[in-house]
Amino acid sequence: MISGIILYTIATIYVSVSFIKDRHKTKVAFLSSWKMFRNALPDLLAIMLFIGLALSLLTPPLISSIIGESSGLLGIIYSTIIGSIVLVPSFIVFPLGHTLIQNGAALPQVAVLMSTMMSVGLVTLSMEQKSFGRSFAYSRNLSAIIMSLLFALIIGVLMT
Amino acid sequence: MTKLKRYRFFSILLFALLIIAFINQSVAIETVQITVKSILDMLFLLPPIFILVGLLDQWIKKESLIRYMGEKSGIYGIFFTLLLATVAAGPLYIAFPIAVLLLKKGASVRYIVFFLGAWSTVKLPVLVYELSSLGFKFTLIHICFGLVFYYLTGLLFEKFYDQQKLLKYDITKEV
Repeated sequence: MISGIILYTIATIYVSVSFIKDRHKTKVAFLSSWKMFRNALPDLLAIMLFIGLALSLLTPPLISSIIGESSGLLGIIYSTIIGSIVLVPSFIVFPLGHTLIQNGAALPQVAVLMSTMMSVGLVTLSMEQKSFGRSFAYSRNLSAIIMSLLFALIIGVLMT
Repeated sequence: MTKLKRYRFFSILLFALLIIAFINQSVAIETVQITVKSILDMLFLLPPIFILVGLLDQWIKKESLIRYMGEKSGIYGIFFTLLLATVAAGPLYIAFPIAVLLLKKGASVRYIVFFLGAWSTVKLPVLVYELSSLGFKFTLIHICFGLVFYYLTGLLFEKFYDQQKLLKYDITKEV
C-alpha cells in the first residue's frame, strides 16, 4: 500500500514535469505505456489465476508435510520443482514462507522454494523467450535454479 | 482471432477452475478470492510502473543510459541497476519489458542480468516483510549471496550474449 502511494507520487511528479516540458512526448509515452500494458495483460491474468489455483490446491499444511524437517534431499527437489513452475510476486512469497515454517516446513527447503518462486518460471518462459530469445531465457532460469540451491545449502549450513 | 489466441492459457485455466468448482466448491471460492486480490494488487501497482517506463523511453537519451548502465559504467552501473531493480514492486515478468527497454537504450548484458537477478532477490517495499517473517540472518544471507551471485552471472553471460542479438522485438509495439 505504501509502496503504491510512493510509486504514484513519483509517477505524478514525472508526468507533470514531462507534460510541462513537452506535451507531444508525454502523449507518446502514455501511448507506449498503454500498449505495454495491453501486451502484458493476457499473460498477467493467466498467471494470476494460475497462482490462485496453485495456492488454494497446495495448502500450506500440505506443502509443509511434503517439505518437513526430515524430508532431506527429496524435499529440496520437490521444493525446486514446485517453486520453478510460476513466477510469484515477493509480497505473496514471504508471507507464504512464514506460514510454511509455522506449519513445520524445514528452513533450507523453504528457502529454495521461495527463491525459485521469485526467480524461476516455467509458465512465464514463453513470455521471457519473446523478450530475450530462447537461449538467454533458458540460461537465466538455469542460473536462478543454481542460485536457489546454493542459497538453500548456505542456509542449511549456517542456520540449522 | 489472434487476440483471442493470446487468452488461450487463461481460458484453459478458467475451464479447470470450472471443473474444480463442481468437485469442491470451497477450493474454487478460495481460488477466486486469491486471484481477484492479486489481480487488484497488480492493477494498482502496474500503471505507475508502465507510465514511468514509457516516460523513460521518451526522455532518456541513449548516450546517457550508456553512461549509467553501459559497458564502461563501472561502480555507477552497479548502483544505478540496484536502484532501478529494488524500488519497483511486482513479480519478475514485469521486469522483462523494462529490461528490453534498457537493452534498447544501450545497457550492457552484465547489468541486465544483474538487474533481473536483483529484481528477484531484493524488493525494498517488501524488505520489512522479509525481515519480520524470516528474520535478520536469513534476509542478510539471501540478499548478500543473491546479489554477488547474479553480478558474477552477469559477468559470465556477457561473454556469451551480444546486446544487439538479445533485442528480438520492440515492447512498445503491438504484438
